[in-house]
Amino acid sequence: MSKEMTHNLSIYVANRPGALARIAQTFSRRGFNIESLVVSAGATGDFSRMTITAKGDEAGLEQVIMQCSKLVDVLACREHTDEEVVARELALVKVAVDSAHRGEVLQIADHFRAKTVDLSENSIVLEATGSSEKLDAMVNLLGKYKIIELVRTGKVIMARGARET
Amino acid sequence: MSENQMNGAEALIQSLEKIGIEIGFGIPGGSAIPIYDALYKVRRKMKFVLVRHEQNAAHEADGYARATGKPAAVLVTSGPGAANTVTGIMTAYMDSVPMIVITGQSVRGMLGKDAFQEADIFNLTMPIVKHSYLVKSANDIPRVVREAYHIATTGRPGPVLIDVPKDVGTDPCTVGLDAEMNLPGYKPEPRGYGPETIRQIADALAKSQRPVIIAGHGAVLSRAEKELRQLAETLQAPVTTTLLGKGVFPDSHKLSLHGLGMHGTAYANRAIVECDLMISVGARLDDRILGIPSQFCKDAVKIHIDVDAAEFGKLVKPDIRCRGDAKTVLQDLLPLLKKGDTDDWIKRIEGFKKKWPLTYAKKGGLHPPQVIDALNKLTGGKAVMTTDVGQHQMWAWQFFRADKPWQFISSGGAGTMGFGLPAAIGAQFGRPGETVVAIVGDGGFQMTMSDLATAAIHKLPVKIILMNNHYLGMVRQWQDMFYDERYSGVDLEGNPDFVELAQAYGILGLNLKRAADIPKVLKKALDHPGPALVNVEVVHHEEVYPMVPPGKPLEDTVLCHPRRKPGRPAGRKNGPARSGAKNG
Ligand SMILES: Cc1ncc(C[n+]2csc(CCOP(=O)(O)OP(=O)(O)O)c2C)c(N)n1
Ligand SMILES: [Mg+2]
Repeated sequence: MSKEMTHNLSIYVANRPGALARIAQTFSRRGFNIESLVVSAGATGDFSRMTITAKGDEAGLEQVIMQCSKLVDVLACREHTDEEVVARELALVKVAVDSAHRGEVLQIADHFRAKTVDLSENSIVLEATGSSEKLDAMVNLLGKYKIIELVRTGKVIMARGARET
Repeated sequence: MSENQMNGAEALIQSLEKIGIEIGFGIPGGSAIPIYDALYKVRRKMKFVLVRHEQNAAHEADGYARATGKPAAVLVTSGPGAANTVTGIMTAYMDSVPMIVITGQSVRGMLGKDAFQEADIFNLTMPIVKHSYLVKSANDIPRVVREAYHIATTGRPGPVLIDVPKDVGTDPCTVGLDAEMNLPGYKPEPRGYGPETIRQIADALAKSQRPVIIAGHGAVLSRAEKELRQLAETLQAPVTTTLLGKGVFPDSHKLSLHGLGMHGTAYANRAIVECDLMISVGARLDDRILGIPSQFCKDAVKIHIDVDAAEFGKLVKPDIRCRGDAKTVLQDLLPLLKKGDTDDWIKRIEGFKKKWPLTYAKKGGLHPPQVIDALNKLTGGKAVMTTDVGQHQMWAWQFFRADKPWQFISSGGAGTMGFGLPAAIGAQFGRPGETVVAIVGDGGFQMTMSDLATAAIHKLPVKIILMNNHYLGMVRQWQDMFYDERYSGVDLEGNPDFVELAQAYGILGLNLKRAADIPKVLKKALDHPGPALVNVEVVHHEEVYPMVPPGKPLEDTVLCHPRRKPGRPAGRKNGPARSGAKNG
């Protein structure tokens, strides 16, 4: 068994019913576990952009890319290494915090350049963007307090320079 | 009626006719009544055949396509009607057969509400179609039908499903039939390679001293038989054909190695083992021909030509991959080739053929290969042959002599029992003047024999040759060889009298019980102007050889039972004596 790595895939797909299901099936049939999946409008309305991070072996990945590329609705399916792309993720974290600890939490937020987007007597909602690793680190530190809810968008990527995503 | 007065269902039938669909098979039902009403009202040229089971409808469309190269339509209702087509769609998908499947569906407002006979056939069939549609508006129908046809028939062909809610069929369709296709992501690419790939292939071929060509269904589908023959004759390279490639290189050609793989010839398998270069023309190199995939042609240069890039490296990692239509690739390649100097290799292969010829027992009862052999002689090798799935299928493949493609029709990838009769019916509709023979087993035949009615009603002169061994023979063979003869669930006791069964449909039924009667009985069936069924009482215990046991490499092709000594009688009722040696 070759070793399982996390891969970044970007798929440009015609916005048609069933397109997402077909792509998801292609991954699951080959035993790829999708870690995050972001679907959003492409530059023009008829197309969608999907960013998928998935774990699996190299040979299997090549098959998945070819199988996805051959789907009738798919225009392009590409893998990108971390170096080739700008990668971003957004997280919203709701932390239970009373006035005694608010300062410490805000200090952590400040360190990660997170914004306070909601504040109530017993909780605070922070918004942070950046690499997935940076968000991991922030969530980790906030784990000292009680995290009531966590919502992350999943990673989106865009190829640098002249390269196509 | 002017075009702008039609409803969705009428637009559907007219669109099918406009793109050239010549025949449809199916059974109506509540959700499909608008479609059947349109068949009644606006159908002009397209033939419609009412069948007896929706699975058969799909196999009939499949047989029609494999005999003609043209897709047919399947027209069924929602829920159970649609679900019954699933096996047939999967069979076509696995073997790259074009097909248009139209399913009626519950009205739009009821979708997802478990309405009567609602089945989510769009999602049910998603992994076994090349593409599919759930039509939401009658005005989409002309475009969807054009796209479906285009997708089904280009690149690597395959089935396309169109799910039509009942009220989409009754809504007015206000657009013309000449809708533009809109398929920005679809790229079949018959020439998905550059000149440097062709040069690389030519260089590798020039260096090879022991080349072998594997030709598959892709060569048939792209109609590359002429180019393939030129390739073989120029290189002086032997050619082996897959189950679905049969006939694309003439079986009677001296460079033919016939079939390869699990039940291929010992000489084909040996040639693969010893070759220094393997070039696959439209074969997907599946597990039934590879032995152990990682050991397949391990030290040989491997060249893979396929129109579907997703086939490269699935099981065998090619040294040179060439994405393209087989005919186009060979046309580009042939001018660069020089005559091969392979005399020693060909001599060696002649030796293999002498040492391990394809033979069969002739004593101790009636043997299926004898019947196939006789059919070769009686039909001059010109018949179209369909098969079911099992031992009889492998014997038919081994012993039928086909010199042309589109002549041998068999469920390969899916191995679907029940395929033989409906496929023959479809093939006969596609090639009305020709002899169509269905080689079936007693097990598989009983899965779809309800369509004897279709053969009878349409007076289709299909000849059903039923190899009756009273067993699910192929499974019994595995239990015999690999499970210490623990025969579990394979005895077909209670088989009906198939001759009387045929007669009940008004079909000529004949018994064939003695080898001496083979020519007489077969001739009677072949000469009969209508459908005929021959119940052939073959030996009950017989195994198909050569065989590459599962999990073994092609080197380990065996010619006889691994636990029985060569020449020793099998020692049970009807068991034939066998001789043979391990190929290796
Ligand atoms: C629909 C289906 N069910 C089960 C099988 C598994 N199977 C493969 S061959 C075979 C036996 C076929 O028996 P029969 O039709 O009598 O042909 P024979 O092998 O005896 O020639 C079976 C059960 C299959 N291929 N297809
Ligand atoms: Mg049988």
